[in-house]
Amino acid sequence: MKGLTLFLGCLIPNRYPGIEMATRLCLAKLDIDFVDLEGASCCPAPGVFRSFDEPTWLAVAARNIVLSEALQRDILTICNGCFASLADANQILKSEPQLREKTNEHLAKIEKEFKGNIEVRHIIEYFYRDIGTENIRSHVEKPLDLRVAVHYGCHLLKPSRSRGLGAFERPEFFDELIECLGSKSVDYPDKMECCGAGGGVRSALKDDSLKMADHKLSRIKEADIDCIVNACPFCHMQLDAGQEEIRQKTGTDYNIPVLHYTQLLGLAMGFPAEMLGIDRNVTINKEFIEKIERILLSEEME
Amino acid sequence: MEQKQVINLTGVSDHFLSEGLSDLQKIQRRSYYFISEKSSQNVSTMSYTSQDNADISSGVKNACKDIFKCMQCGVCSGSCPSGRHTSLNIRKLVRKATRNPDVIREEQLWMCTTCYNCQERCPRNIDIVDAVLRIRTFAAHEGIMHPEHRKVSELLLEHGHAVPIDEENRKKRVEIGLEELPETVHKYPEELEEIKELLSSCGFDRLLEKKRKSELEEEVK
Repeated sequence: MKGLTLFLGCLIPNRYPGIEMATRLCLAKLDIDFVDLEGASCCPAPGVFRSFDEPTWLAVAARNIVLSEALQRDILTICNGCFASLADANQILKSEPQLREKTNEHLAKIEKEFKGNIEVRHIIEYFYRDIGTENIRSHVEKPLDLRVAVHYGCHLLKPSRSRGLGAFERPEFFDELIECLGSKSVDYPDKMECCGAGGGVRSALKDDSLKMADHKLSRIKEADIDCIVNACPFCHMQLDAGQEEIRQKTGTDYNIPVLHYTQLLGLAMGFPAEMLGIDRNVTINKEFIEKIERILLSEEME
Repeated sequence: MEQKQVINLTGVSDHFLSEGLSDLQKIQRRSYYFISEKSSQNVSTMSYTSQDNADISSGVKNACKDIFKCMQCGVCSGSCPSGRHTSLNIRKLVRKATRNPDVIREEQLWMCTTCYNCQERCPRNIDIVDAVLRIRTFAAHEGIMHPEHRKVSELLLEHGHAVPIDEENRKKRVEIGLEELPETVHKYPEELEEIKELLSSCGFDRLLEKKRKSELEEEVK
């Protein structure tokens, strides 16, 4: 099995560094062979950059892939947007010689060449397929008795013919990863619906974007859950910072804690909430933090 | 005349077909590439004539061929999370794309979150989101860009990150126990130079300098 390079992207290191820390801790604890992808850039984000100019999007994505090719390691993404850009670009460049040639003409100016000999992975499908829920379960030190609303995010699963992760309408692998930590993945209406951030909508049409987030959050609130768990920092930002933006706009205060999967896994492995940046979200739910602390404490007393 | 040649798929299709590229999708992608390549040339001599609409029209049609398979069933609109809450009507947008070059000026184009529900469920297997992305490209190359998207693009040009680090998060990183700067272009200035060179080679800097037709007209006045 090839080792991995950790691709950070933009939002995780620059807005939600707790997720970066959680990822590093989980990968180390699971003894996964990874190194940093030094000098990596924006993936680049599929919404704006693929819209504006596909050749530019391809070239910048190709450079990131080439950095990992030089290390002969597969790329591990922790963001659905990075996964979408890098996996799609990798697939296009591998399968379409003319586009690869064009892209390599640009890359030649910085003395690089796309070869097409590595894969791009997303941490959720990597955990599920390569590590396995049983292996992850064996690393759980503090079973988390929590009711979780899982949010897959669109680009982890779609377009399904490129992702190859099975049916997109009712997937189960992410739920299984939640449940192997001792939590309950709670079904809720519109569970597979978009958070509303992608495609450049959150950046340019904030009000429209928040209407979608508001709808999703209202459905989640009805399901009586402890927290939302996602696989993408852009969904994370939309559902976390979006709650405060919705509160200011409409007065509705959902106060639902939002965690990236690596943060939930980190808790189950026994790392404290503050180490994982869970107390550094925009939306802070004190009862949730106290509940987590009780779980960690009660286990220690046994 | 050269512009027409690169846009018109029939002008180049024999060559591609002879290379065994019979797959419609590959031709679409390839023809699309030529369009954007053409658009990145001679930005300063950009002129708007009555020919432009015909160019855009044939360009959109060539880049999004499979939208002509659309039977207007509406499964796309029924699946659209944005359409539930915004004025986006993806069925109508696809219809307009087949007949009216003004589709590039539709505000609705930018309400799509690219969730791919419509594309996944389309009974005619039309790559609807891919079509939206390509129509957006025609818009951007005509200078039609949301200021926020232009800003994000400028951040990529300057920092190599669409969302660069700020003071607050430098501090947050250190407090959590991470290094102040991540192991990205932020930490390696020579790598940032590579990004800038690459973006310049692609003509992305010149694309951002484009102005809307309305702005140009304003200046002429």
